[in-house]
Amino acid sequence: MTYRLRSHWIGLVLLAVSIAFLVSVPAWGSGYLKRTIVEFIYLLALAQAWNLMAGYGGMLSIGQQGWLGIGAYALVVLAEDLGINPFLAIPLAGLVVAALAWPSTLLLFRLRGAYFAVGTWVLAEVLRLAVTANIDWLGGAKGRSVRSLMNYDRFMRENLTYIVCLLLAAGGLAAIYFALRSKTGLALTAIRDSEPGASGVGIKVLRTKRFVYVVASGFTGALGALIYANLLSVSPDAAFSLNWTAYVIFIVVIGGVGTLEGPIIGTAVFFLLRQFLFGFQEWSLIIFGGIAVTVMIVAPQGLWGLVKQRFDFELLPVRRRLPARLITEPSAVRAADRLDPA
Amino acid sequence: MTIIYTIINGILLGGLYTLFGTGLALTFGIMRTVNLAHGDMIVFGSFMSLLITRFLGLPPFISLVVLIPAMFLVGQVLQHALLNRTLQQGVMPSVIMTFGLSVILQNAMLLSFSADRASLPIGSLATMSLPLSGDFAIGVLPLINLATAVLVLYLLHLFFRCTMMGRAFRATSDDPTTVELMGVSSRQMYALAMGIAFAVIAVSAVFMGARTNFSPLDGPARLIFAFEVVIIGGMGSLKGVLAGGLILGIAQALGGAVNPAWFQLAGHVATLLVLAVRPSGLFPETIDRT
Repeated sequence: MTYRLRSHWIGLVLLAVSIAFLVSVPAWGSGYLKRTIVEFIYLLALAQAWNLMAGYGGMLSIGQQGWLGIGAYALVVLAEDLGINPFLAIPLAGLVVAALAWPSTLLLFRLRGAYFAVGTWVLAEVLRLAVTANIDWLGGAKGRSVRSLMNYDRFMRENLTYIVCLLLAAGGLAAIYFALRSKTGLALTAIRDSEPGASGVGIKVLRTKRFVYVVASGFTGALGALIYANLLSVSPDAAFSLNWTAYVIFIVVIGGVGTLEGPIIGTAVFFLLRQFLFGFQEWSLIIFGGIAVTVMIVAPQGLWGLVKQRFDFELLPVRRRLPARLITEPSAVRAADRLDPA
Repeated sequence: MTIIYTIINGILLGGLYTLFGTGLALTFGIMRTVNLAHGDMIVFGSFMSLLITRFLGLPPFISLVVLIPAMFLVGQVLQHALLNRTLQQGVMPSVIMTFGLSVILQNAMLLSFSADRASLPIGSLATMSLPLSGDFAIGVLPLINLATAVLVLYLLHLFFRCTMMGRAFRATSDDPTTVELMGVSSRQMYALAMGIAFAVIAVSAVFMGARTNFSPLDGPARLIFAFEVVIIGGMGSLKGVLAGGLILGIAQALGGAVNPAWFQLAGHVATLLVLAVRPSGLFPETIDRT
């Protein structure tokens, strides 16, 4: 039996309209518009990757800036030292990061909850120090620039970056959406809610967590490569900055942890606030931090969570739900009453 | 001989790390949560001590008379006003709230004190030393620091083992629901525990400010050191905190002796090694509730 919410169709229509808009931009948009959209999309994609891991999988990583930085440096090595086409190097950087993230889980998964969070942070620090300390080849604390990208003329480069960004984000987000609707998604939320319970019903807890962590980190790494392809140079302090994770956490928390729609709203709110507070970096971070703390106390489900609760409305549904009439349909109850002789 | 001197230096450095780790071990042992603003609170404490020193004209170590009760209160308020409200929802809210707090503190301190490095004026104590042999001397301040760390741990040990309130703490750690049936409010205990952790933060803040210089963005690195102490020592164990602090200090000193750039990296590697070989640390005491 298939049961669809009406709001599902609203979601599909909105999605189709936004895809049509985004695809048409290179034909008419200015460089500024393209750069803004690229920034919006990579923040949204970073947020969704974190959301998949933390919101759906319960793995609260605050060390994703480590993988983002490794992805950026992988781009430099692949494109500059190995001479691979930089646009091809972006997804490849994601694969490199995924390959490094896999063995890291052997240690990280020995920690749980809050300790896992700090453990990922330590790992990010180790990665940062490993890249900056004494590796002249990677440019030390100064970093390196992506020269091979400067061979393209500016219009061409902007359009190519834009297209790669769209493809990467669309592929990643579609993969997250369908993964969450699949058996893996169901297993993942079960693990988040109770690991012993999940393994009790036969879910391969470690394998599922590892798969999700590696995919989310690889995606983050590819996005890191994209971000620094857009900026044309990489420096360790910026690429491994904790601010990346801070932004992503605020976006997800404001919009709603564990929903796919939430981070979209969160990214929009984040963008508006940042535009509004442009030039006041410290104040904007204080405000984002304050909002995150307040949201956790007042409405831990975030903005989209409030909407969902109030209107029972989902644009991109990933939950399985019983048809409403099977739960509380008055006539069904009355029929049962009639059958009951007492 | 050089290697012995390096190890002695590492042990003295470990005294500071032991104090960093104590607060974290306390909150984890009793509440199973980690205060991600721990490091920023240490830096905050150092700045507060600097302000007291400047405006009241007190020496930094006397500023503790004001700072310890003040930080004790801040810890209690933090637990009551923020963290106690989300106890039923797992670790996610406390991790996100303390992370948000860490970001707020860092940037608020950047705005108020600028990014310049500051240090506490401790006068001649900074340079006093005990000669050990012809070419090697031990600083008096690091020695006082190590002795204070051991004393704090010993006092906490006595408090938890020998007083009624200590027993209530241990009971709350084991089972916060059942302890309510015995007339103990677990929320009250959590707030007290955070208060005590913050009092220890005040002590470590003054020692950090006296021994090194500090800047508003140093918090995360201090949190990571504190975390590594707890991971090496074993979660929730006071004995382990001392062992963890000393091992981290020695690892960093040895790494730094080989190559100055490996100072921090050596500490991280030691932690990851312990995690690989003994995931629950050297002296695990707290049982995992989940």
